[in-house]
Amino acid sequence: MNLETGSGAARIAAAFNTEKPAFIPFMTAGYPAPEHTVDLALALQEEGAAILELGVPYSDPLADGPTIQNASAQALAHGVTMERALELARDMRTAGVHIPIILFTYINPVLRFGPERLYKAMEAAEVDGILIPDLPFEEAGEINALAKKYGRPLISLVAPTSAQRVKMIAEQAQGFVYCVSSLGVTGVRSELREDITDFLEAVRRYARVPVAVGFGISGPDQVAALAPHCDGVIVGSALLNTIRQAEVLLSQAETKQEGLTVVKKFVKLLQSGV
Amino acid sequence: MNTETAYKSKGRFGAHGGRYVPETIVNALDELEKAYQEAIGDPAFLEELQYLLREYSGRPTPLYYAERLTEKLGGARIYLKREDLNHTGAHKINNALAQGLLAKRMGKTEIIAETGAGQHGVASATVAARLGLSCKVYMGEEDMRRQQLNVFRMQLLGAEVVPVKSGTGTLKDATSEAIRAWVSSVDRTFYVIGSVVGPYPYPQMVRDFQRVIGDETREQIMRMEERLPDYVVACVGGGSNAMGMFYPFLDDVDVKLIGVEAAGQGVDTDKHAATIAKGSRGVLHGMMTYLLQDENGQIIEPYSVSAGLDYPGVGPEHAYLHDSGRAAYHAVTDDEALEALRLLCTTEGIIPALESAHAIAEVVKLAPTVSADTILVVCLSGRGDKDVTQIYEREGGAQ
Repeated sequence: MNLETGSGAARIAAAFNTEKPAFIPFMTAGYPAPEHTVDLALALQEEGAAILELGVPYSDPLADGPTIQNASAQALAHGVTMERALELARDMRTAGVHIPIILFTYINPVLRFGPERLYKAMEAAEVDGILIPDLPFEEAGEINALAKKYGRPLISLVAPTSAQRVKMIAEQAQGFVYCVSSLGVTGVRSELREDITDFLEAVRRYARVPVAVGFGISGPDQVAALAPHCDGVIVGSALLNTIRQAEVLLSQAETKQEGLTVVKKFVKLLQSGV
Repeated sequence: MNTETAYKSKGRFGAHGGRYVPETIVNALDELEKAYQEAIGDPAFLEELQYLLREYSGRPTPLYYAERLTEKLGGARIYLKREDLNHTGAHKINNALAQGLLAKRMGKTEIIAETGAGQHGVASATVAARLGLSCKVYMGEEDMRRQQLNVFRMQLLGAEVVPVKSGTGTLKDATSEAIRAWVSSVDRTFYVIGSVVGPYPYPQMVRDFQRVIGDETREQIMRMEERLPDYVVACVGGGSNAMGMFYPFLDDVDVKLIGVEAAGQGVDTDKHAATIAKGSRGVLHGMMTYLLQDENGQIIEPYSVSAGLDYPGVGPEHAYLHDSGRAAYHAVTDDEALEALRLLCTTEGIIPALESAHAIAEVVKLAPTVSADTILVVCLSGRGDKDVTQIYEREGGAQ
């Protein structure tokens, strides 16, 4: 299909151009199985997802908690590689997914695939950006240069522990700034840090791009509390938990729609916070 | 990654090293680097460390002339650097004591550690008890099974051993889990890494805390032989005993440095841990180094009879020493290591750790090929008590 013209950076910027904070779901490519990935992406788009984060599974995901680790392990068992994840992204485009797609992966699979080869493949698959949680600012030179060359941002993360680094990272961020809402790895948390809003406002002061928040967000109350202080909310593990619960329904042709409805209901509930 | 790229990168050894970690812990690494540099310039810190190494751990460890082994093999005069005589039975205590003191200095109350064979876990648990810190040790379930006695030792010492179920339940998975745990509690915990691996400044710091092995060896061999050795041999998993042993000799180009990796069932099988021999460059546990990985960049599980060598990466400085040719890296199989273990038992009355038996196996191959005036020093990194049950099972019990 024909996407609107413009680079990944412009398409990401446009996705934030809304009244409400952008809803940014994370899903693992090939989880629960590769044949569900496109259907799930379409369902998320239908429920108002502004940007899709597509996890490319890795054997040793240091920034991820058990939910995403397990999803990655299952996807790996289905043979989902970087190449296969890019094919799935391309399939999404063919099937009508028009929101920006951002890869979420780790530096080792990127290096192994070849950074420039990956950027070419991202361009071919109409993938708009990439997020690499184990590539801090100081190590990101080569990928950042490619991100600029291809107009497909390397999304920067900042954490509550980033201290004086927030200014340096936020000022140079492309696409959007990904604020890690809490210490720790990805995963559902019942409560957010008390100082989270101060942190988000500090990032907003320096960032020239939208500010999104993720890690640990699982319910509409949290979304509602964060909404006034950010431009986007990222939900991963809680969504994967829902997908896992729907796995049996998704895997049968006659109950597939029912499975997708379970996922859509959860997304609707989350967004009821704003 | 292209090292020519114009960006600031910390702690590189040639193309290797660096700091590939979640943003959440970057600040903690900066703080650690600062605290470490202050500490090693502080006479009070060094004095306390030296006191503990001497009076608590039993340093200096002997450099022992292995007369019967020398006679048996013919060729090089063989010296054993007896790190096995340290408190807790291995070189691991040198680093654990130093990092424990650093943790206290930084005001941390809890230490976390990962362990494969259990020696670093035992050392960390010991240090935590001695310094009044709480301690959690992450250990793969498979390693817990292989090293039950060490698990119990850690528990006796008051540490909590956290079983790691992910992956194949070995050192790689324990390390990943320890890093994840550190990310979650970085404001109050100190992560005691057990080898010259991980993000900067760990590889440099652990090397500096282990160089006492090489410094002592240098002084001892000069006293005993009035010259430097021709060969220095040490086993390499992550590579901390080897790095500590090699480092003070790096500028002595006539001293040949040999690291010994675990070839498991053979480097041409898929059951080995020979990272330098068979690996390729990549990023794991925060560092760029040689790794066992597949064509998609997924980490391959290593294999060795020795849980301590069963790691798919290697310290980045070793990767650099390999690239530069300053050190040579060889690999010996499980069978060769076990044969060497028996030989050391029966010639010298010393049961080496399975890790150290790999270094001995290299000596078995090398010593007979060189002249009788050749001096060879091998790091006996640990004692074999922890491995006796496993050897018993493997060898089919009492004969």
